[in-house]
Amino acid sequence: MVAATRPSEEQIWAWLSELPDPEIPVISLTELGIIRSVEWQDDTLVVKVTPTYSGCPATSVINLDIETALRRRGVRKLRLERQLTPPWTTDWISAEGREKLRAYGIAPPVDGTAADGVAAGRIARMTGARVTVACPRCGSTDTERISQFGSTPCKASYRCQDCLEPFDYFKCI
Amino acid sequence: MSSLPEMTHAAATDRVSREALFEGLLRIGDSALILGHRVSEWCGHAPALEEDIALANVALDLIGQTQLWLELAGTVEGKGRSADDLAYLRDAWDFRNLLICERPNGDFGHTLMRQFLFDAYHHELLKGLSASSDPRVAEIAAKAGKEVAYHLERSSDLVVRLGDGTEESHRRMQEALEALWPYTGEMFLRDDKDAELADAGIAPDPASLRPAWERTVREVMTDATLQVPDSTFAHKGGKQGIHSEYLGYILAEMQFLQRAYPGASW
Repeated sequence: MVAATRPSEEQIWAWLSELPDPEIPVISLTELGIIRSVEWQDDTLVVKVTPTYSGCPATSVINLDIETALRRRGVRKLRLERQLTPPWTTDWISAEGREKLRAYGIAPPVDGTAADGVAAGRIARMTGARVTVACPRCGSTDTERISQFGSTPCKASYRCQDCLEPFDYFKCI
Repeated sequence: MSSLPEMTHAAATDRVSREALFEGLLRIGDSALILGHRVSEWCGHAPALEEDIALANVALDLIGQTQLWLELAGTVEGKGRSADDLAYLRDAWDFRNLLICERPNGDFGHTLMRQFLFDAYHHELLKGLSASSDPRVAEIAAKAGKEVAYHLERSSDLVVRLGDGTEESHRRMQEALEALWPYTGEMFLRDDKDAELADAGIAPDPASLRPAWERTVREVMTDATLQVPDSTFAHKGGKQGIHSEYLGYILAEMQFLQRAYPGASW
């Protein structure tokens, strides 16, 4: 009998990079930046996952997908841990991930525009002056926000004034 | 879970009584839960599709945060109660939410005004909690704080739009502000348990949050052309488990399934 060999951590990362986000299937879990670490502790594989939004309903599906995929690859002892610190930020979405989002019709986050809750400049933000979001279809920056939320907690709704298409914006957090 | 939470758990309960920490966590988690449930009542009823989606997402954030707070509360209590047990199997007198969170939704403007007054407080509270001497509290607060900063931007934008909008929207927002104002004072009252948590550096003294809250509220109300009431009268009791009749109706709906079919899951 061939001795069971432990897959390397690189191999595990490669497998995880094949898993799509359940709500935005063009982007993988690793491109989304929610897999924080992969580590063998003795004979147990420990995967640390951070939630995007604390109430994101995809979280449990993501955990199930990770477990299913790794068990199918032969990982027997597996532990998934929730890691809250540091909290997830859209800065962790990879460059490839951002390009895939755009090609899929979702404008990627504009870095450095996360809400800070500071009251100053509220009027400027209200008119959308603070964030320029380019239309993922025609590239125009003449766009307007329709709503601060969209089809999932991580998105806002926008409309392009040039091509007139509505689109989702992956908001910065 | 790793061994770290166990160690910090011991450290945190050295500094404060288990009871004070449990109560403090219920106060934060229950306010998020009850307001989250209230806001979720708008699902399918908001004046526009975008607002319907937005309200549902705010509710989802609050209920997600509740899960984290009540899970930690259950751990601290040490009686094996899960977040779901605490949410679905306690009766009204065991809830510790602020009274403002159980106020009826009223019209859309009233809901937004309640949201803004709470968001401005919640934002300051979470900022204070993210510097907690208990790392388990600090990490939940840091996570939730990012979501709440966004809630605050949204609710303040809408309060300004509606306050400084039409004659009718202005009138409704002014009425909402006056009706809800007496429920804001409770946010900043402190009792022995608050004092114990503040002394241990686990949570900010509620009174210390008031100046920043007032600054935000007054700035937004000025932009919204609304008059902040002069009254300092405050309804209180929610934090100690003394609630208005509304909480019972909320729980009747929220807890029905677990009460009728104990242990049901899907």
